[in-house]
Amino acid sequence: MASFEERPVRLWQGGIETEIEIGGSGPPLVYFHGPWGLRHDRAFIASLAATHRVYAPKHPGTGRTDHEAAHKIDNWLDLMVYYDELLDVLGLERVALVGHSFGGLVAAELAATFRARAARLVLIDPVGLWRDDLPVTNWMVLEEGKRLRALFADPAGAAAKRFSVPPDDAAARVAAQVEFVWAQACTGKLVWPIPDKGLKKHLHRVAAPTLIIWGKEDGIINRAYAGEFASRIAGSRVELVDGAAHMPHLEAPETVARLVRGFLEG
Amino acid sequence: MKVCMFHLMPYRDLPADFTQRYNSAYIDPGWFDVADADKVGQYYNWTLDEMVYAAKAGMHGLCTNQHHQNVYGFMANPSLMGATLAKLTQGQDVAIIQIGSTLPSTSPPTRVAEEYAMIDCISGGRLVAGFPTGLPTDATISNGVVPIDQRERFREALSLVVKAWSSKETFAWNGKHYQLPMVNLWPRPIQQPHPPIWIPGSGISSTAEYVVERDDCFCSLNYFGIRNAEAVGDRFWELVDKKGRDTNPFRFSFLQLIGVSETDAEHEEYARHAEYFFHNLLSTPSYYQAIPGCIEYDALQLAMQNPARAVNLRSLSYKDLVDRGFVITGSPKRVREQLLDGVKRLRLGHLLALLHFGSMPTELCRKNIDLFCREVLPYIEDLWDDEWEDRWWPERLRQKRKVAAMAGAAAS
Repeated sequence: MASFEERPVRLWQGGIETEIEIGGSGPPLVYFHGPWGLRHDRAFIASLAATHRVYAPKHPGTGRTDHEAAHKIDNWLDLMVYYDELLDVLGLERVALVGHSFGGLVAAELAATFRARAARLVLIDPVGLWRDDLPVTNWMVLEEGKRLRALFADPAGAAAKRFSVPPDDAAARVAAQVEFVWAQACTGKLVWPIPDKGLKKHLHRVAAPTLIIWGKEDGIINRAYAGEFASRIAGSRVELVDGAAHMPHLEAPETVARLVRGFLEG
Repeated sequence: MKVCMFHLMPYRDLPADFTQRYNSAYIDPGWFDVADADKVGQYYNWTLDEMVYAAKAGMHGLCTNQHHQNVYGFMANPSLMGATLAKLTQGQDVAIIQIGSTLPSTSPPTRVAEEYAMIDCISGGRLVAGFPTGLPTDATISNGVVPIDQRERFREALSLVVKAWSSKETFAWNGKHYQLPMVNLWPRPIQQPHPPIWIPGSGISSTAEYVVERDDCFCSLNYFGIRNAEAVGDRFWELVDKKGRDTNPFRFSFLQLIGVSETDAEHEEYARHAEYFFHNLLSTPSYYQAIPGCIEYDALQLAMQNPARAVNLRSLSYKDLVDRGFVITGSPKRVREQLLDGVKRLRLGHLLALLHFGSMPTELCRKNIDLFCREVLPYIEDLWDDEWEDRWWPERLRQKRKVAAMAGAAAS
C-alpha cells in the first residue's frame, strides 16, 4: 500500500495553515473528505493511491494545526477561491476531482466554477441539493444509533464499528473524538442549517465527465438524489452500490475503488 | 446582596406519560399533542402576576429569559414580558432583569438594543441588560444560526449594541456578521453609557473569561444547586484574580431552585413540582446540547479529556434532588441556613431565586414568594452591602436603597 506524506501548506495570504496528505503514483486526483474528517477515509484513498497520485486536503479548520481556519472562510466564494489557490500551490492545473458527501459538494462546485480545472469528476453520495419531499437528514444533530443507521447499511458491521469505536489509546481517542466533532463544525459552517446553498444554480456548468456513486440505502441523502445530480450534469453516469448507505467507500471500498479507477482510466 | 425572582414560564400541565412519549423537552414535543393555547395564555398571565407579586413582596429584581420550541420555558421574546413588567411595577424599587434576549439569533442585534432601551425608558432606568449567547438548540435549530458562528456573532453583536446605545455620532457598522449603514438608535437607554450588563454561562469557560475581561457580571445558570457549585465558584474567583479584577461579590450571580414551607415537615408539597422540573423540563439529550461548533475548539478538547459523568435526571426522586442539593426546600430556617452557607461560600452578590418551578400552581408559588420574602430575604439581603457597592445594578435603584437604609437607621 502506498505510503502518504503530509505536506504543510500556508494559504490565504498566510492566514491559513493546513496539511495535504499526498501519496501514490500515477495520474493525479484530488480527494475531498466528508463532514467527519479525513481520518475515516485514509484506507480508501490509500487504495486509490495504488494507481493514482492522491492529494487529500483537509477542509479549513479540520487539520491538525490551524483549528480556527474555518472562521476565515465565510462563504462558498471564499471556499472556491481557497481551493483554487490550493490547486495552484500543488501545481495541479487540471486534475480529477473526487469527493464524498460534503466533499462531493465541494468537488461539484469547483467543477462548475473552474470548469477547466476538472479533468473528471467523481461524486460519492454528495450533498448540496434539496427536495422538500425527501429532506436531507441533518447529520450534525443525530443520536449515535440513528447516525449509524443513516450512514451504514449494516450499522453493526465492521465498517460501522471502525467508524464509531474510538481508538484504545487515551490520547488518540481524545484526538479522534475532537476531530469527529470539529470536522462537522467546520464543514457545517457552509451548509448549516439546510445544505442547499446554490449548487442547483451552478451544476449545469460542469463540463467534466462525471461519475455519480450512491449507496443504495443512504439514510442521509436518499439515492433519488443521484438522479437529481445526473439530470443536471450532461453525460454523467450513476452507479448504485449494494450493501452501502451514505458511506459506500467504507462499507464497499473495493467496489467503489474499482468504479472510480475504471472511470478515471476509461 | 440582591435577591431576584427568576421565572422560566414552563408548560405546567404536561401529560403524565410525557417522559415515555418524548426523550427531550426541546424540539420534539408536538404542540398539538401536548399543549393548549388557552392554557398557555393563562400561564403567561400567571407568570406576570407572580413576578409582580414577588416585586411587591420585596424581591430586588425580576428576571425574564428567552427560549424557543420547548416545554421548559417559552418566553420567546423576553422583551414582551420585560416591557409588561416595567409598566406593572412603575414607581417600584425593583430591577427589570432581561437575561435575556439572545443576540446571535436576533438580526440585526440593534433590534435588541432598541427593545432594551425602550424597557429602560419605560421603567425609568431600572433595566439590567442581560445577554445570553443562547442554548445551542435555541440559536442553531430554532433560529438557524451557524453553530461555529454563534460566539463570534455574540461578541460582535454586543460590541455593536453597546456602541449603538452611547455613540454621540451616527456611525456605520462594517462588521463580519453585521453591516449597517447609519446607526443612530432611537431611543437610547436612560442609563448611560449603558445599563449594567449581565452575561450568563453554564460553566467557567471562555464566556466567563470574556465577562471578567469586560468587567460585566457573570451569571452561573445551572440547575444543580449552590451546594454543588463550589468548584464553579472557586474557578470563577481564580479567574477574577488572574485578570486582576477586584473581589466584589456583585460580579457573580447564581440561580437556585427554592421552595419554602411553614415547617420542615411540609416540604413535600414541592416534591412533584421538583420532579416534574427535572424529569420533564430539564431533560434534553446530548445531541441537542452538544451540536458541533457550539463548543469552541479548546473547550471541546477539555470536555473530551475530562468527560462529565452524565446524570440521568429522570432517575432521580425528589428525595435525591433534595439530598444532592439540586433544590433547597423546607422551613424558612432551613432554607436561609442553606442559602447563607452557600452564598458566603461562593461569594455571591446576586441570588436568582427560582421560586416557581415545574408544574407549581400559582397559589403555591405565591405562598413560596410570601414565605421567602418574609422569612428568608431579610436575613440574607444585607450581606456584602457594607463592604461593596453593586456596580452591576441600576444606579437609580442603588441610590434609592441607600436612602431607604438611612431612613431605616434614623427610625431605629
